[in-house]
Amino acid sequence: MIERECDVLVVGAGGAGMRAAIAAAEAGCSTVVVTKSLLGKAHTVMAEGGIAAGIGNVDSVDSWEVHFADTMLGGHVINNWRMVELYAHEVIDRVYELERWGGLFDRTPDGRIMQRAFGAHSWRRLAHVGDRTGLELIRTCQDRLVHTAGAEVLMECTLVRLLLSGDAVGGAIGYDRNSGELVLIRAAAVVMASGGWGRMYRHTSNSWEGTGDGAAMAYEAGAELQDMEFVQFHPTGMVWPPGARGILVTEGVRGEGGILRNSEGERFMERYDPVKKDLSSRDVVARSIYKEVQAGRGSPHGGAFLDIATRLPAAEIHRKLPSMYEQFHSLAGVDITREPMEVYPTIHYTMGGLRVDAETAATTVPGLYAAGECAAGLHGANRLGGNSLGDILVFGRRAGEAAAEHARSRPSKPAPSGAQLRELEALIVEPLAGGGDTVDNPYTLHRDLQEAMQDDAGIGRSEESLTRALGAIGELRERAARVRVAGGRVLNPGWHACWDARFMLTISEAIVRSALERRESRGSQWRFDFPDEEDHWSRINLVAVRRGGEMRVEERPVPLMPDEAVRRLQQSRFFPTAVIPAHYARVIGGEAASPEAHA
Amino acid sequence: MTDGQLTGRTLTLRIFRGLPEGEQSYATYAVPEVVGMVVLDAVHFVQRNLDTDLACRWNCKAAKCGSCGAEVNGRPALMCKTRVDTLSDGPITVQPMRSFPLIKDLVTDVSRNYEINRQIPQFTAAPDDGSPWRIDQMDIDRLYEFRRCIECFLCQDVCHVNRSHALAPQFFGPRFFVRVAGLEMHPKDILDRRELVREEGGLGLCNITKCCTEVCPEHIHITDNAIIPLKERVADEHWDPLRRLARRLRGGPGTRGGEAAPAGALGGPGDGGEGGGGAGAA
Ligand SMILES: Cc1cc2nc3c(=O)[nH]c(=O)nc-3n(C[C@H](O)[C@H](O)[C@H](O)COP(=O)(O)OP(=O)(O)OC[C@H]3O[C@@H](n4cnc5c(N)ncnc54)[C@H](O)[C@@H]3O)c2cc1C
Ligand code: SF4
Ligand code: SF4
Ligand code: FES
Repeated sequence: MIERECDVLVVGAGGAGMRAAIAAAEAGCSTVVVTKSLLGKAHTVMAEGGIAAGIGNVDSVDSWEVHFADTMLGGHVINNWRMVELYAHEVIDRVYELERWGGLFDRTPDGRIMQRAFGAHSWRRLAHVGDRTGLELIRTCQDRLVHTAGAEVLMECTLVRLLLSGDAVGGAIGYDRNSGELVLIRAAAVVMASGGWGRMYRHTSNSWEGTGDGAAMAYEAGAELQDMEFVQFHPTGMVWPPGARGILVTEGVRGEGGILRNSEGERFMERYDPVKKDLSSRDVVARSIYKEVQAGRGSPHGGAFLDIATRLPAAEIHRKLPSMYEQFHSLAGVDITREPMEVYPTIHYTMGGLRVDAETAATTVPGLYAAGECAAGLHGANRLGGNSLGDILVFGRRAGEAAAEHARSRPSKPAPSGAQLRELEALIVEPLAGGGDTVDNPYTLHRDLQEAMQDDAGIGRSEESLTRALGAIGELRERAARVRVAGGRVLNPGWHACWDARFMLTISEAIVRSALERRESRGSQWRFDFPDEEDHWSRINLVAVRRGGEMRVEERPVPLMPDEAVRRLQQSRFFPTAVIPAHYARVIGGEAASPEAHA
Repeated sequence: MTDGQLTGRTLTLRIFRGLPEGEQSYATYAVPEVVGMVVLDAVHFVQRNLDTDLACRWNCKAAKCGSCGAEVNGRPALMCKTRVDTLSDGPITVQPMRSFPLIKDLVTDVSRNYEINRQIPQFTAAPDDGSPWRIDQMDIDRLYEFRRCIECFLCQDVCHVNRSHALAPQFFGPRFFVRVAGLEMHPKDILDRRELVREEGGLGLCNITKCCTEVCPEHIHITDNAIIPLKERVADEHWDPLRRLARRLRGGPGTRGGEAAPAGALGGPGDGGEGGGGAGAA
């Protein structure tokens, strides 16, 4: 058994986990970081477009206030406004910090950090380096982390259960993927930074790691999962060839001037959103492509055309979008400097996750903190591009600092008893034990879950389809409990896939139950049977919680913006076309005109 | 998979199976070819349908993370970027990278690379070099090539110095020459890693065969743009002790290798900071 005792355990080595670990270790805490893959390979590495920050280097009218307004409107105002405020402020410092740690950014002609346009951001706002900003972020944090005293990284370990003592978290247990040994980490505080979940869908831009382990583990330990119905479809994933389906085509293509066309050559986004057009928010663009294809105006492989070839000279495409060029060239045999790409929405990001306190990133379970994609609140019903790389830095740091503080004030790390350990070990290796179903396999199970989620809990949903999905999840859960795999404990992917499936089932259930409950359309949640955005729902966040072993969906009030913040919304260029619920419209109306005139 | 996506061809995959101790062999699998299939797709087909415990390492399946390095028909390559229709007819042989210790099947222990990285002092700016900085895009373009490295370690795998294990412990290898070059050429970095890369890093052992450059999936000109300039700088440092001493005494930024300070590095504190800094939250 591999054992560690530390002040702070960080689950995950994406941007959020590494930034948290750096903060905790710099605060003097012994810190252990655990990651399922090698260091530097987490999902963050794939991010392309950039980090949104209201620095105003390119458009000097930009500011943190406008960034705040865009993010709230993009999230259909059910975001945690205080998180958004902290974020819009601090992300600027985090970008400069990254630069001081050796991170590169493209420059303006006068040598300052360059910023590019992105969907639903009022101004050119994304600090970036080519189309590989995530790689830059992860490598910079990685080098910082491995040179930070007091931090240790355990690579290729999967944690599967949080340890509880009383109601507080005291570490976690799992297995080393390579050797199959148990891994036990006792810690005074835990930061969950385990990323999002896209793998329960058939077409996704996510890597195999996106199975929602951390959120599922925390849910089992009593934490609340908020906004789970909101799953982001990125409008532009690859469509062809089949093996490449779902791989992301960065929004940077449209940020650099690329436009979408249907089979009739029409630039259809002008019809769906005359103001923002191709750079509308992701929920709107994804639905528009879906509708075009449904209407029979799709590309040969059932997508839309994305054209950059006629919009930028080839040399500029090579310089600004080098990995997009490479990706299409090597995987699809398409030269994007000459031909349009074919794209279709792909599951990309999860707005939902652990419910946290804005200032400290504390979850509802004592000692457990959460940051990055596995946490909820910042993005509301729809995330704007570029806001995640900023999120992971701002709240990664906050979570690390708060966890360090907690570890200092409550340093106890009780050890689990021998009996407890034996029970946990038996649970962990259960898929390798005899006596179950060896005909079924975890990959088939995974595929069947993907069918259910893609078809019935996908871009558009209804009570009927969601009920069907819930039924399928129930059946799959029974299969998952029975499934057994061949092979031993040494690096056995079949065994690992069994655990992935269990986590994905918990998360899928939360998605479907929350989506059923929210009887309206808002942001990424599109209900065919409730097509309108309802004022009533703008005051409610849904949470999935465990009550007596069963999952329940409960309502929590959306924290209300103070008047000053409500007024700030007007600074967004897109304010005039936004849907503002009556309780906020009144505030704004009170300033500009009589409340009745705006009601 | 619908029929329209199958090419009708059946591929023969010979995949290395085994543990460090115990039986090692090539297992042969028949895999139906799909349009545009990459080697990783074929390996996944085997894992999902034929042998659930076949081990391979991968993450992004988009040639962005550098996890899936292996040797395909004897050539180091990313499995997720190697289309099967670009390989010659006949069986496709997939084996683990051979310069690293085997863990199981296609997966090797690459931890040595992480140890080397820890030996290289991190990026360090002068404490009084207040941000926001001004840097010229030309500097970024030059460094960006090195920063594109996805740490697939294929270059480490192919390099003959690593393959002849006797020398490997005193050799950083091409990936880390790229890393050092990226740090040394950064206009804001003030450390000098030349002695380290010569003594601990064994830069002199590289005899510029360019095998590393040939396999790099990111098309980094490892030899021409990283190793050769590093060798020149090291020679300069090594053979000119007086200049080295003078530099040491002066210290500070812009003093390395007799280089002029890059044009873009002139901005100082208080420069171009409008809108920056982000005051405390309201
Ligand atoms: C292709 C792509 C492009 C993107 N582009 C952008 C962009 O341009 N701008 C932007 O802002 N955002 C972008 N995003 C989103 C953004 O990259 C992610 O949301 C963000 O990187 C998530 O970071 P994270 O640290 O929260 O999690 P991740 O980077 O996903 O890291 C999660 C970590 O948790 C570990 N982990 C998970 N489960 C366990 C377990 N059971 N035990 C131990 N460890 C575990 C994983 O191994 C991993 O280390 C993009 C995403 C994708 C997929
Ligand atoms: S050029 Fe040098 S580093 Fe590259 S493979 Fe040859 S000997 Fe190794
Ligand atoms: S330099 Fe190229 S081959 Fe070497 S590790 Fe980096 S990306 Fe891979
Ligand atoms: S799986 Fe990421 S590079 Fe191949």
